[in-house]
Amino acid sequence: MSGATLTGLPPKDSAAASRLGRRRRRRDRVMTGLAIISTVLGLLFLVSILFTLFWRGLQAMGPQVFTEVTRPPGSGGGLLNAIIGTVIQVGLGTVIGTPVGILVGTYLAEYARGSRLGNAVRFVSDVLLSAPSILIGLFVYQLLVLPFGGFSGIAGAVALAIIIIPIVVRTTEDMLQLIPNTLREAVMGLGSPKWKMITLICYRSVMSGLITGVLLGIARIAGETAPLLFTSLGNLTWSVSLTQAMSSLPLTIYAYAGSPYEDWVSLAWTGALLITVSVLLLNIIARIVLRKA
Amino acid sequence: MNETANSRPAQSARAAAAAGVTAARSDALNPARIAIRGLDFFYGTNQALKGINLDLPAQQVTGMIGPSGCGKSTLLRVLNRMYSLYPGQRAEGEVLMDGQNLLAPEIDMNALRSRIGMVFQKPTPFPMSVYDNIAFGVKLHEQLSRSAMDERVEWSLTRAALWDEAKDRLSGSAMGLSGGQQQRLCIARSIAVRPEVILLDEPTSALDPISTLKVEELIDELKRDFTIAIVTHNMQQAARCADQVAFFYLGEMVEVAPAAQLFTAPKQRRTQEYITGRFG
Repeated sequence: MSGATLTGLPPKDSAAASRLGRRRRRRDRVMTGLAIISTVLGLLFLVSILFTLFWRGLQAMGPQVFTEVTRPPGSGGGLLNAIIGTVIQVGLGTVIGTPVGILVGTYLAEYARGSRLGNAVRFVSDVLLSAPSILIGLFVYQLLVLPFGGFSGIAGAVALAIIIIPIVVRTTEDMLQLIPNTLREAVMGLGSPKWKMITLICYRSVMSGLITGVLLGIARIAGETAPLLFTSLGNLTWSVSLTQAMSSLPLTIYAYAGSPYEDWVSLAWTGALLITVSVLLLNIIARIVLRKA
Repeated sequence: MNETANSRPAQSARAAAAAGVTAARSDALNPARIAIRGLDFFYGTNQALKGINLDLPAQQVTGMIGPSGCGKSTLLRVLNRMYSLYPGQRAEGEVLMDGQNLLAPEIDMNALRSRIGMVFQKPTPFPMSVYDNIAFGVKLHEQLSRSAMDERVEWSLTRAALWDEAKDRLSGSAMGLSGGQQQRLCIARSIAVRPEVILLDEPTSALDPISTLKVEELIDELKRDFTIAIVTHNMQQAARCADQVAFFYLGEMVEVAPAAQLFTAPKQRRTQEYITGRFG
């Protein structure tokens, strides 16, 4: 049978075949080499950053970082007010932004598939996702700082909430899209109203994905500096009042790293290390949550 | 035409053998529980069902066969108005149950779906415990005490031939059950709501032969209480389970007859060609 189908074709040229093989092997070696060099280069930068961060960051590390507030140069002090400020603003931003983000994502995935309004909302959310964060800072400055006569922690939290919303929208929609329609039909087939299907079954089946999205969102806003510059400004004294200017790690790093005082610069490195380690931890937790599902 | 008519008995005998019809069922059909009259169905502008007239006899099994895309699953999805979930899908005509047109806009779809349950091709356990899978549907329509709910769960799992396997793992996740167990759980979940009609959309196509056998035995058992419609690609299955079989082709219902009759003496040539494996 195969003989019949091959008649009429020229005979196989095995020399040409091996020439092609040699050329492919050569190309393979070159590309593999380039890939390895690129990887090493990328990793070198990363390792160098991490090494410097730990080297410089650990110099000023100590219990006083967590127990004392920022002090004038040369008099010691820690980062307590910055740490607490970051926790308050990031926490409040997450609490404000997450429900909005989850509800918008739910609207997009469950109610607005293929609808024009849904597509518009998705587009706006994606634009917001990649908008320069300083713009969001300026927006909140106009909205909550100017009219109320001063920088405030609440303004910072709102700015961070606006940044986390599109992240949560994206992950919520993506996760809900993963649910097969057969599961939705199975729920509806029992005579369930749509809202019960979403809240009792859909959310439950993608819970780990939703949590991961929120954790990654928190990791993102924990290091944001620009949106806080125009909103909570930063504060070198102890203050947990939401209506006053509030300190935060990124802003303290910004202020300290540019100062001429060696101990301040050192503390800035320590703050940077704290942020990096907490973001790393959040990412690890997110991975564990996702894997457990 | 004469030629075909003459050769028909011989072919029909072969068809019967192919379909594995062994024990002939009684040809007597019960009065209709659901009556479909002049049903047209559209996916957008594409007509998927054309002028369907079909009775589902009460407490009997109606098998629906036909090649892929012939509209048999679409018909099931009309009966519990599952198509209403999707914009652009619409049905015209009448589906009558107790004299009421189920396609009427004022029909409460949640109540309708509690009367007409559905089991799908792939098992669809909910991400919760076995117990909660059953209780979920019941809670939508009834308020039961804890003990009444326990009874209902046991009743439905027993009816679905899953109680013995599942009674020690009621609080375990339903995702941990095997495929065949999951499908029986889905059946249990449907009957726990105590529907009057059960729609089965290729319920065994994702199952191994032993699980398939269990589900088929279950169908036989369930029809004492429920009116059943089953879509299947497997003609032997239709022959084994169904009292009445309807053959669909290109959106039309070509023929409907008591199972034994349809497989041994089909009246339509297309039916005969399909069950003898000439196409489809």
